Amino acid sequence: MVSARAVAESVKDPELPMLTIGDLGILRDVTVEAGHVIVEITPTYSGCPAMGAIRADLVRQLEQAGFDDVDVRTVLRPAWTTDWISADGRRKLAEHGIAPPGAAPPHPVPLTLSRRPQQVNCPRCGSAATVEVSGFGATACKALRRCTVCGEPFEQIKAI
Amino acid sequence: MTPRALHLGDDALVLAQRLSQWIRRAPELEEDVALANIALDLLGQARLLLSRSAQVSGSGTEDTLAYLRDEHEFRNVRLAELPRGDFAHEIVRLFVFSTWRLAILTRLVDSPDPVLAAIAAKGVKELAYHRDYAAGWAVRLGDGTDLSHERMSAAVGDVWPYVAELFEPHEVELRAEFDDVIAQVFDAAGLVVPDSAPGNSGRDGGHTETMAALLAEMQSIARAHPDATW
Repeated sequence: MVSARAVAESVKDPELPMLTIGDLGILRDVTVEAGHVIVEITPTYSGCPAMGAIRADLVRQLEQAGFDDVDVRTVLRPAWTTDWISADGRRKLAEHGIAPPGAAPPHPVPLTLSRRPQQVNCPRCGSAATVEVSGFGATACKALRRCTVCGEPFEQIKAI
Repeated sequence: MTPRALHLGDDALVLAQRLSQWIRRAPELEEDVALANIALDLLGQARLLLSRSAQVSGSGTEDTLAYLRDEHEFRNVRLAELPRGDFAHEIVRLFVFSTWRLAILTRLVDSPDPVLAAIAAKGVKELAYHRDYAAGWAVRLGDGTDLSHERMSAAVGDVWPYVAELFEPHEVELRAEFDDVIAQVFDAAGLVVPDSAPGNSGRDGGHTETMAALLAEMQSIARAHPDATW
């Protein structure tokens, strides 16, 4: 039988389906005691609307693997950081045209009036000559950029 | 501990509702997306804070607090409920709000309430991003064309009467940190920081006249269909 942890780690993120919740670093712990599975997950952002779907997917996939008694708990601390996205996860993001995040900024974040200098390579042509189009994107975790060499717009995971 | 979670939850909920009113009305698609994202972050913070408040007080849920309280029971600052003005007004309000809230949450990271501390630790990352977004626009518009400068100055004049209330009762250290960030940005934007007149007593359940309409829009469905699920 596959371990509960392996099943939980393989659940896909609904908004970034190329990643598992293990890759994304939001799966915090899985414990099994006398058949009772406790899964701890943490949201990427306070208002992440995918948490409900992830919770339901965890329960369903663990049940399919033979774990009938599953409790999914949300933990808030330590707060998720993009530094927890695995090397494998970063590779998958880039393969799907989404630039992985750079190192998370220190906290508390000092006021920044100019755009934070960050090198983001175009996931299509690899050029470092890219500019931010918008600090926000289609989901809470993404920003929009454009490559000035190949001209393609692309999404980037915001470093937090 | 409890009032703090309720106060900060109400601020976030009410401003999230106001910001949501920008959806499909912002001057550019990117700003539409930005304001919607900021609203979503604040709504998330509100849900966590109101849930905590309900849990500690032992009655109700995040939903009963959001949907079933009347106007005088909301403890948000008036700044959060000011009606949607032009884009300059929203930028000034958002800059002031996120600078102030970031200073509060930074201190709450060490709160003796572990849940409040965890919510704060998460929230500071989001608020720093919101603040920088608003500060960037404040500089671009304040230091932009004659028209954009004029509208930003007018917005500052409209928003400032609601600033003093944010620091009632007197929170000297918080005010100094806030003033420092405001001064840096206004300096870069070519905007003048107005004198701060004494404000309302703060969190007193008093509201501006548009609060009733905001609540009606937010609460009417939940009240018309009690216990509905979808």
